[in-house]
Amino acid sequence: MLSAIVSLFILGLTLGGLLGLAARYLKVEGNPLTEQLVALLPGSQCGQCGYPGCGPAAEAMASGTARVTICRPGGRAVAEDLAAVLGVSVDMAGVEEKPLLIAHIHEQLCIGCTKCFKRCPTDAIMGANNMIHSVFTDACIGCEKCFEACPTECIEMRPLTATLQTWYWPKPLALTAG
Amino acid sequence: MQLFNIRGGVHPDDCKQLAAHQPIETLPLPALLHIPLQQHIGAPASPAVRRGQRVAKGDLIANGQGAISAPVHAPTSGRIVGVGSYPAHHASGLSVPTVTLQPDGEDRWADSIKGVADPFALEPDDIAARVGAAGIVGLGGATFPAAVKLNLRKKYQLHTLVINGAECEPYLTCDDRLMREQADAVIDGIRIMAYALGVTRIIIAIENNKPEAQAAMTVAASQHSNIQIAHLPTRYPMGSEKHLVQALTGQETPARGLTADIGVVVHNPATAFAVHEALRFGYPLVARVVTVSGGAIQQPRNVRVLLGTRVQDLLNYCGGFTVQPTQLLSGGPMMGQPLPSTRVPMVKGSNGVLALTATEVNTQPSMPCIRCGSCIQACPCGLVPLDLAAHTRAGELEGAVKLGLLDCIGCGSCAYVCPSHLPLVQFFNYAKGEMAARGRAKQKQTETKRLIEQRTARIEAIQQAKREAMAARKREADAKKKAAAASASS
Amino acid sequence: MSDVASILQSGPFAHSTNTVQRTMFLVLLALTPATLFNLYLFGWPSIFLFAVTIGSCVVLEGIALLLGGRPLMRTLTDGSAILTGWLLAMTLPPWAPWWIGMLGAVFAILLSKQAFGGLGQNLFNPAMVARVALLVSFPVVMTAWIAPHPLFTDGAPDITQSIAITFGGEMPDGVTAATALGYVKTELSRGIPVSQSLIEYGRGSNLTYTPDLMDLATGYKPGSLGETSAILILLGGLYLIRKRIITWHIPAMVLGTLFIIGTAFNLLDSSRFAPGLFHVFSGATFLGAFFIATDYVTSPVSIRGQIVFGIGIGLLTWVIRTFAGYPEGMAFAVLLMNSLTPIIDQYTRPRLFGRTSKGEPLPIKVQA
Repeated sequence: MLSAIVSLFILGLTLGGLLGLAARYLKVEGNPLTEQLVALLPGSQCGQCGYPGCGPAAEAMASGTARVTICRPGGRAVAEDLAAVLGVSVDMAGVEEKPLLIAHIHEQLCIGCTKCFKRCPTDAIMGANNMIHSVFTDACIGCEKCFEACPTECIEMRPLTATLQTWYWPKPLALTAG
Repeated sequence: MQLFNIRGGVHPDDCKQLAAHQPIETLPLPALLHIPLQQHIGAPASPAVRRGQRVAKGDLIANGQGAISAPVHAPTSGRIVGVGSYPAHHASGLSVPTVTLQPDGEDRWADSIKGVADPFALEPDDIAARVGAAGIVGLGGATFPAAVKLNLRKKYQLHTLVINGAECEPYLTCDDRLMREQADAVIDGIRIMAYALGVTRIIIAIENNKPEAQAAMTVAASQHSNIQIAHLPTRYPMGSEKHLVQALTGQETPARGLTADIGVVVHNPATAFAVHEALRFGYPLVARVVTVSGGAIQQPRNVRVLLGTRVQDLLNYCGGFTVQPTQLLSGGPMMGQPLPSTRVPMVKGSNGVLALTATEVNTQPSMPCIRCGSCIQACPCGLVPLDLAAHTRAGELEGAVKLGLLDCIGCGSCAYVCPSHLPLVQFFNYAKGEMAARGRAKQKQTETKRLIEQRTARIEAIQQAKREAMAARKREADAKKKAAAASASS
Repeated sequence: MSDVASILQSGPFAHSTNTVQRTMFLVLLALTPATLFNLYLFGWPSIFLFAVTIGSCVVLEGIALLLGGRPLMRTLTDGSAILTGWLLAMTLPPWAPWWIGMLGAVFAILLSKQAFGGLGQNLFNPAMVARVALLVSFPVVMTAWIAPHPLFTDGAPDITQSIAITFGGEMPDGVTAATALGYVKTELSRGIPVSQSLIEYGRGSNLTYTPDLMDLATGYKPGSLGETSAILILLGGLYLIRKRIITWHIPAMVLGTLFIIGTAFNLLDSSRFAPGLFHVFSGATFLGAFFIATDYVTSPVSIRGQIVFGIGIGLLTWVIRTFAGYPEGMAFAVLLMNSLTPIIDQYTRPRLFGRTSKGEPLPIKVQA
């Protein structure tokens, strides 16, 4: 009787201790929040935020070391989505709203080396070996990867010009009286 | 006929006496025409002519693209001297694809232009197709392709065609003059449209400040018992499509819907006239009647201009300015757009060119909102403009949308009455534009994601194929080696 | 003249001639008859107090604007500070000392208007905030009502005496008189029924006559500097309605509610409750209904909201006058309803075109 109690007690203690140790040392790293954030980010790994890719950026945001507004290609829309998940408010005030710059290839300089379109994360550059390349402005997210890759510096980042379809009235100036 | 009350509205000074007694004149051929390829709601037309090509009046110069679009025709005979970009008839001052035509002075119609003896013998689809081919769009200013509207019978149960002759915008008199001078042609066009729509009931609605037009249309319509002439009270914005339908039928069009949802289609008298010309004579839409008016215009007039005529040519014909105007406008003072320059061409949707003096515009510096509620009384849509503006100003666009921002028709009644002279309409225009831009950004985001996933999958597939090829080669090499070893050992 | 230079600005390019200045000016104009009558009725001390109050308001507004770095001339000429000062003065005891007017201006302009961000931003009616703040801080001075002493009549103070009254704080003996509301309330607390005290009001409150309903309406009675003449205030109010500065809803609801509830309870127990007409023609009822409650900034913006607001003020005024410690309830009622204005606004938005009252699009139905 006594031996049974003692042995079961020891058994329980050992197993419990093992479980405790396992929980401590075999803890699964990874935050479900981070995954949620990654899903919201563009996923182009462009690095414009200063982090090596969208995953590290999401981790930084989840841990609170990065602001939700760091994703430039995502812009305000993504920032608002991220903020909604994290339950913080978007402060666009501190962010300079740089207009999106779109890659443009100067055709006289392009040698058709294909370096740029191999690096383009959104397949926004079309072309083939020894053919002049060109950019689909609709697909370009302005990550500047092609800009860095081009050996002849024939790529220029240009602001997207408004068209009649995208132009809209500016916000009225602040009231002078009031 | 019995009319129903509509909410809100304002009574601006209609200033129609400036041009109302001026008969429609035809502008002499200008030296150059700049014909934009997008003069309608929808996809821009794509050019069908080359530089240097000779065209006759009515020749197609650009094809409509897609379901909602309209073709563009040569307004006169001459030579194409350019296919490029030119400042648009638009407040932004942006340039748009434009065909430049140098008239040869003959104004010779193309040989292919031919009318139909009896439009009522055609199939309704044929009529819509001809209207579409003639490049006719809503000439009241909305420039929605008319053929698309004539085809609404396929999706909706229609019962009434309303002709919007309210012309509630101050100063404008072009529809008034057209109804007076071309009453029979307008009625003919209306009947053709009603036939194409398959509706029997026709209501021509004209505000009471145009008694001559009411009389002329009554006489012209007297033989057709299914046409009623409605005498509308003079109140802005009576000519807003949905409010007009409510005034005539007592029914409200559901929000975000079309008047076709309640069985009504609304067209403008000028559109009816264009339909008449297109069906009876085969003329595409190459000209329109425009009111040139305002306190700064020497001789206010109603002028029939070729599309693509520069505003400057039009102003010259009207004697230029008496004083430097404060504001040069396309359209009426309530909903019209400021024109960035007098170089811009006239387009299908421009029903007026106004040069207004400072007294007429009466712009004053903005004061803080004093919550007087005038804007709420004036809003025909039941909005609370002061709240919308406050939300917009604070950057709370989502909040503004919840309060009904997207139901705003931009009529300007609120800003007209505001004692603090707040730029309410600009707040709403900005908010609507910003919301649309955010929508586009979101769409691009999804698209980007899809592209990236595709690319990742493709790269993965390529690498997989490479690995497999390598493995295959290795197996082959091994097999060879083995075979070699086997043969060596044997 | 090929290009027209203009700032890119959205339409409309037509505006009504109405401005903030015009609105304020018309309200001042509408206040003038009643004010002139009362200045005549209460003589030089009231004229001094009136001038001091308005002057202080304008000066303080100017200082606040300067400190806030806002455009001085345009904001100062909008007339809102004058109007606030004017309304505040109209609610003060006519022979109150100068510092009451000045302190009132501090409460009204600095604490309840500029502290909230200036014109259009304040939640509470500045004149009423000031009046209530003065009333609770200086109850004796703020309830020193006087009997009518019309200018150029026997017993009216001359200029020297008036300076002593307003700037020296020397209130002569035997000039004070209770207001009808105050007298009735005091007597009731001593157990004398309302029906009896109403008859004895004239003698009991140091007046040489007993005001009848006519006197109450024309304003020949003790009361605040500008509130006594219901008829002249009504005249100004009707002018504002005609000029479309205000709508009839708030005044009609305040007066109607007060009359109905007053009459109803008077019929139930005439010894405890004063008649409806007495309520309507006493105190600041007319001034409050036409000029205080209709203040744009602090009242609801939609017609439905204004109806709720007006009924609320009528009810609260009666409740405060009847059951609370103060004989006069208008100022408190207005302030209480001011605090409800945002919530009233939220629940009384008009129905949107093409939508149900819940905001859903109307169902599609085709009628042939």
